[in-house]
Amino acid sequence: MNNNNNNNNKNHVISVMVKDEAGIVSRVSGLFSGRGYSIESITAAQTSEKGYARITIETSGGDADVIEQITKQLNRLIPVLKVVDLGDVESIERELILCKVVAKDEDRSEILRIAEIFGAEIIDVTPRTYTLQAVGDERQIRSLIELLRPIGIRELVRSGKVGITRANQFSNTKSAE
Amino acid sequence: MTETETKTTKLTGAQIFLECLKKEGVDKIFGYPGGVILSIYEALYNQSDITHYLVRHEQAAIHAAEGYARVTGKAGVALVTSGPGATNAITGIANAYYDGYPLVVFTGQVGVNQIGNDAFQEADIIGITRPCCKHNYLVKEVKDLSRIIKEAFHIATTGKPGPVVVDMPKDILSASTDFVWPDCVKLPGYNPNYNGHPKQISKALELLCEAERPVILAGGGIIASDAMAELKQLADKLNIPVTNTLMAKGAFPETDERSLGMLGMHGNFWANHAVTNCDVLFAIGTRFNDRITGCLKRFAKDAQIIHVDIDPCSINKNVKIDIPIIGDAKNVMKAMLEEFNSNNYEINYEVKQSWREQINEWKKRRPSIEQHSDKLSAITVIRKIYEFTKDMNPIFTTEVGQHQMWAAQIIKADKPRRFITSGGLGTMGFGFPAAMGACIGSPDKVVINIAGDGSIQMNIQELATCVQYKLPVINVIINNGYLGMVRQWQEKLFHKHYSQTKISGPDFVKVAEAYGAKGFRVTKEEEIIPVLQQAIECRQPVFIDFVVEECEMVYPWVLAGNPINKILMSNDCPIN
Ligand SMILES: Cc1ncc(C[n+]2csc(CCOP(=O)(O)OP(=O)(O)O)c2C)c(N)n1
Ligand SMILES: [Mg+2]
Repeated sequence: MNNNNNNNNKNHVISVMVKDEAGIVSRVSGLFSGRGYSIESITAAQTSEKGYARITIETSGGDADVIEQITKQLNRLIPVLKVVDLGDVESIERELILCKVVAKDEDRSEILRIAEIFGAEIIDVTPRTYTLQAVGDERQIRSLIELLRPIGIRELVRSGKVGITRANQFSNTKSAE
Repeated sequence: MTETETKTTKLTGAQIFLECLKKEGVDKIFGYPGGVILSIYEALYNQSDITHYLVRHEQAAIHAAEGYARVTGKAGVALVTSGPGATNAITGIANAYYDGYPLVVFTGQVGVNQIGNDAFQEADIIGITRPCCKHNYLVKEVKDLSRIIKEAFHIATTGKPGPVVVDMPKDILSASTDFVWPDCVKLPGYNPNYNGHPKQISKALELLCEAERPVILAGGGIIASDAMAELKQLADKLNIPVTNTLMAKGAFPETDERSLGMLGMHGNFWANHAVTNCDVLFAIGTRFNDRITGCLKRFAKDAQIIHVDIDPCSINKNVKIDIPIIGDAKNVMKAMLEEFNSNNYEINYEVKQSWREQINEWKKRRPSIEQHSDKLSAITVIRKIYEFTKDMNPIFTTEVGQHQMWAAQIIKADKPRRFITSGGLGTMGFGFPAAMGACIGSPDKVVINIAGDGSIQMNIQELATCVQYKLPVINVIINNGYLGMVRQWQEKLFHKHYSQTKISGPDFVKVAEAYGAKGFRVTKEEEIIPVLQQAIECRQPVFIDFVVEECEMVYPWVLAGNPINKILMSNDCPIN
């Protein structure tokens, strides 16, 4: 039950509110590596409340039991205040990507067309490359990358997912009954 | 910060450290000095409120602090220097973490400005201990020291107890500030849930009343929450037999008619069968370690399982739980008793009685005792020691190996905090220093460490500590000339290839004498009691070298990963 045994499970995004103190990211990420949970992406930054930070972790390959353990183990860390599995509540998830593609003459209009469809911006242009910036949910980002791939991706930088709940659901998460 | 300031005099970090210990009611610490904590040793000099026990290896300081914590119920405190002092402490910290006992371990650190520069005797002890302690702190400013120490004791002793590490840089200890003792701790991310959910509690009670074949599985959490009386009342009222884990020896009197004794890999035949065949399992304060569950799929396979634990992580981690109750064992069982007394629950006493009769049938199955040679049997030695000391209310500690399992099987613990052993980590070398700590925590008790000839050599240097502080620890060395437990596995599972398990040792009698302790050797059954009597009466640290049969095996034995009702009862049992 403990390890990433079940491959067909969808990724979960877990949002963790923590005290913003030295070493907090390694406390959280160390828990994942130490217990064999995967990290697909991790982001950490301060929040609007002073002294607190939010860590958003995307994890894969865990069934419901594993996600339950991850949530509980995170809650057990002393500087962790709240843990929300964004898959459990109504939430919005987004990721930002920067993608540098080869801009051959014959591909340029196609790149612009794709960018337009996905609401992506061209943020840098050189004689040989275009760099796109796009924001979207997992499905949008995946299709954008797939469309750009045949054109020739030089470099791809992803922010990792961030997410937010729709209602005020960031409470009552420490009880587990 | 809105703490009321109880006192404001300028003190150094080292002095603040001592003041904080006094505020926490600490009067005994275990430690070993070194460069970065010299200012603390300076402050310790010429004061008498706190006694410092100088061990001979930092690992022993931590185990001794744990032994102290286990007998007193208070947090054990240890102090070690940076770098090697701190890394030597890791095994001790991990041991307390897995068995859930409260420790506050103070480590020295290089100066704040040197951290990260690979300074002399620098080690990233926060990084190293992170996965094996309940929480840890690096003190970065002297004004934070008292708050951190207060929080450390709070975290160590509340919720599921565990070790907390406080890393103190050298310059913090020499810097001065006003000493302010906060009057409360504020940890918004730490709120252990003590009271079980009332609905879950009545559901559990209903289930237990209706059950036809119920079993209570008592875990170490019962001792941590001091819930022995509640457990006994519940078991009696509901007429339910009780089995216990290794960590819960003494949580329920093992000589009680309802006790099934220990279950698991080397547990009783009847306890393993009762758990396998029960229809309701009521587990309290246990984390369902694989040493008690065996094959998870077959563990209590027909049972509805109720699980009380203060640590939500224990619930549903290994075993699927039907009725989880997150809370403190004592509070939850108290609530169950109140609920039972105030509402008319009906229990089917007769049905439960016939279940007990079934269990009594299983109780007839005991491993046969085999006589291999004319050498002493380890089992006989431990049994005689148990019988002779029974009425003295002694404290037993153990090392790890066959001798530990025989001790667990033979010594019936009727009271908590009397059987001290390394369960989760299984640390050879734990027993002797733990016995020292127990001796210091309970100076009026007879303290006996049941040791193996391999294990005792892991912290044998502590004999010097015992002699220095006149700690009358009796080390019973079950000297079989082997790393016996490993040899046992090799015998059955690795074609009797005794690879690297024959182990020699020193002449333990001479070693004892060289250290200024007392040494005895026993080779015949009739010598056991007279020598033991002398050992107890001399009130000195003692080694007794029991030269025993080499090939004796621990039975019952459930091979790792097998269901716990698939039990080998003797050498003749085929392993498949
Ligand atoms: C520190 C440590 N190293 C290795 C082991 C693995 N181990 C478990 S039992 C055992 C043998 C113990 O030998 P001894 O102390 O002589 O006890 P016996 O089994 O012979 O009674 C070993 C090596 C361990 N538990 N702890
Ligand atoms: Mg041995």
